[in-house]
Amino acid sequence: MEFTEWTGFVEGEWQVGVNVRDFIDKNYKPYTGDGSFLKGPTDRTKKALAEFERLRELEKDRGGVLSVDTSTVSSLCNYKPGYLIDEDLIVGLQTDEPLKRGVNPFGGIRMARSACEAYGYKLSDKIEEYFTYRTTHNDGVFRVYTDEMKAARHCALLTGLPDAYGRGRIIGDYRRIALYGIDYLIAEKKKDKEKVGENYMSVDNVRLLEELYQQINFLGKLKEMAKLYGYDISRPASTAREAIQWTYFGYLAANKAQNGAAMSFGRTSTFFDIYIERDMERGILDETGAQELIDDLVLKLRCARHLRTPEYNELFGGDPMWITESIGGMNLNHKTLVTRSSFRMLNTLYNLGAAPEPNLTVLWSHALPEAFKKFCAKVSRDTDAIQYESDDLMRSQFGDDYAIACCVSAMKVGKQMQFFGARTNLAKLLLLAINGGVDNVFGTHIGPQMGPMEDEVLDYTKVMERFNIYLEWLCRLYVNTMNCIHYMHDKYAYEKTQMALHDTDVERLMAFGVAGLSVITDSLSAIKYATVKPIRDESGMIVDFETIGDFPKYGNDDDRVDEIAEDMLVRVHEELKKTPAYRGARHTLSALTITSNVMYGKKTGSTPDGRKKGEPFAPGANPMHNREHNGALASLNSVSKLPYSSASDGISNTFSIIPDALGRSDEERVDNLVSILDGYFLNNAHHINVNVMNRETLLDAYDHPEKYPNLTIRVSGYAVNFVRLSKEQQREVIMRTFHTAI
Amino acid sequence: MKGRIHSFQSLGTVDGPGVRAVVFMQGCPLRCICCHNPDTWDVAGGEEIESEKLVEKILRFRNYFAGKGGVTVSGGEPFLQSAFVCELFEKLKVHGIHTALDTSGCLWNEDVERLLAFTDLVMLDHKYPTEEEYRLYTKGSLETTEKFLGELEKRGIPTWFRRVIIPGKSDSPASVASLNEVARRHTCVEKIELLPFRNFCVEKYQALGIPFPLAETPTPDKETMASLEALLDEKYR
Repeated sequence: MEFTEWTGFVEGEWQVGVNVRDFIDKNYKPYTGDGSFLKGPTDRTKKALAEFERLRELEKDRGGVLSVDTSTVSSLCNYKPGYLIDEDLIVGLQTDEPLKRGVNPFGGIRMARSACEAYGYKLSDKIEEYFTYRTTHNDGVFRVYTDEMKAARHCALLTGLPDAYGRGRIIGDYRRIALYGIDYLIAEKKKDKEKVGENYMSVDNVRLLEELYQQINFLGKLKEMAKLYGYDISRPASTAREAIQWTYFGYLAANKAQNGAAMSFGRTSTFFDIYIERDMERGILDETGAQELIDDLVLKLRCARHLRTPEYNELFGGDPMWITESIGGMNLNHKTLVTRSSFRMLNTLYNLGAAPEPNLTVLWSHALPEAFKKFCAKVSRDTDAIQYESDDLMRSQFGDDYAIACCVSAMKVGKQMQFFGARTNLAKLLLLAINGGVDNVFGTHIGPQMGPMEDEVLDYTKVMERFNIYLEWLCRLYVNTMNCIHYMHDKYAYEKTQMALHDTDVERLMAFGVAGLSVITDSLSAIKYATVKPIRDESGMIVDFETIGDFPKYGNDDDRVDEIAEDMLVRVHEELKKTPAYRGARHTLSALTITSNVMYGKKTGSTPDGRKKGEPFAPGANPMHNREHNGALASLNSVSKLPYSSASDGISNTFSIIPDALGRSDEERVDNLVSILDGYFLNNAHHINVNVMNRETLLDAYDHPEKYPNLTIRVSGYAVNFVRLSKEQQREVIMRTFHTAI
Repeated sequence: MKGRIHSFQSLGTVDGPGVRAVVFMQGCPLRCICCHNPDTWDVAGGEEIESEKLVEKILRFRNYFAGKGGVTVSGGEPFLQSAFVCELFEKLKVHGIHTALDTSGCLWNEDVERLLAFTDLVMLDHKYPTEEEYRLYTKGSLETTEKFLGELEKRGIPTWFRRVIIPGKSDSPASVASLNEVARRHTCVEKIELLPFRNFCVEKYQALGIPFPLAETPTPDKETMASLEALLDEKYR
């Protein structure tokens, strides 16, 4: 295959079949220098940003939603073209106006209806009527859910399941559109379809044939969508601007078609860099122009919106999109994948201001160029807006062209997809086991019925025996529930646009999750090393605990308790694997909760670690707050012991620190942050969210101390916990750090 | 051998270069008016730990020490347990870990002398410019500190001066200028750190039932700190 658009590229296997990785490998130019070449925003960018900010303010004033098109079902070609400003460089909006939300009822009509109503809108009669005759994913799931599945969901043992909304977490390889053009992709899919058609028509093959039909159909619609904006994407992109535009069209189409929980972007900056370098060599693009293109792409990504209910937003902590873009990393030949465009992507945080979206994720390796490491640390210090994940760990499992979906879920771009599985609440499961099959918050009878444990003092061995029975039961139920959900999602809300940008022979992962890891770990440690006496109500149900004596706590680099957490992940993963997953998916596991740790806590009774009923959990794999006595690195050491081999869907850790605690001078802070990241990842840790607290966050911590339990401030010679300081002292710290009195 | 430590802090970034593990030793012979760790005074307090155990604990953090980082022993006063700290540093040096002491330099004996052989950096708390102020505000003596400084100079051990700036007590320009003068007379001094006094420790005093004379003393403002910093030679800042 040969296209004129490929002139100037180094030849390779990528020309004889879809292979973006090979294209990157043959053509990219690693960059080991610093960020001094970067350019600021152009006047055009400033104008676009001002318009975006104006609309965003308006959106806030209107209670979080600017406007809703209640009479159109969101799809690729259902809206007229929309623009942020007339001079948009990268074009395309989800609806006909910026920040206007479309409705997407394919996941579930109820979610769409109540989301409209929550913001003062009414779903049009036309859509309501259409969906009385059409089965949604949500309808399908509830047709098959067993009573036990419903009960587990009701008492929040299984939570956040994607049974009423789009599962997301699928990353189309949007780069394929730029490299090959739609026509070539259609031709390849047609060949695949022909080949599948030669097989015995098993259920699997019939389903795959229908899916391929839909994929081909939607590739055609994608072309039409681009045409509405005046672009012909049937052929490959010929310039950097086109490459970014073609790629973005793919993402936009996915976002129009799916209201997915996490709609990630992939790993694009080094891919774009190849086109930018070529344009620069041809003399048709300069640095200012290159940055402007990346800035405009990012601004368009920041315009992405989905219509969701306030309850959904409570569960996920805000109105997140998780447009994750993975940056950096090393390739399999130990050469860095960092390019100038990796810097440009991070530079958008300066040019457009800090923002949580797109979710910029640096793939960290000890071997990354030092100048890039320092630049990342500087951006973290200035903006709080980067998360880091271990490229060394992930590369060994996923190769060198993987990307992150959502926060921590790695998958090979275009070669693996994921069935998202939310999470189960382990602390609640422990309480359920101790109470022998009754949930002590909801009163639900569920699981094997054994009655509450009758011991005066809980015995570790006996508790573990029980726990294992309940874990075995739960894991089977969890896999089965997921199998129902994803069967129905494939059937009624299949992601044809995104799957068209995957290999036909895709590998599937089923991603399970746990919440409350630190709570169950410390609770089991308390039972093992201290004296835990159950407190019962009149009916004999255990509703609280008296814990006498001290016990080792997770987060202090103490192997006695850290081993309990390690063992828990292994145990859960092994149990899950015993029940086959839908479509032969591989079982993976994560310890990830982001902000819903507060919600999990609300629904969970008192635990033996001393946490009272309703009190929040620690997020993700974080140790519980106020239990660390050896400082932040001891806490990082505890987390880094958790085995990625058993939790390859990710182990999330949130790390908050104020600039003063990172060192005295700006330069020291950057160097020390690099040392912390290097040390943490050398210890085989997987992920870290770095919060170098800025003024806003510190003020928020002042107003909402419950959200910042671990915030430590260090001054010479000793450390104090921010939230433990008196209000007056907190004000003093804020004033001192940011020259602002409150 | 065993030593008494007050606490262990795995992330230290303001007690020496780079990322450091900080060991706070238990026990102090001084009673500084501005002390923010009164819970380290009692020589019988804290917890006992074998030097070997402490080495093991510290080594768990060595991946974070890359480049300039390492271990700082602070306190309390490390010199009250010089033999222990010496053993600790000797073992750490086998593993190539950078060692720093945060001390008032209030003691000089054979153990201290031996300890210096395994010390890469000394952060010397040079508290006041005159003997009178030393007696009044620390219950110690400037003379021993200066003698110790002489020993550091003799051995060429890299030294940082530290001084807590307390409004009304140690914030006069003259006092800071004289510290700069002392530094100039000693080639071992690489840096001078002026640390603004903070009263975060007020609750520690309350808990211990000890009156804190500086409870109401404010933190010097940024401008004052900046003007005092400006009195230091460029190379010391």
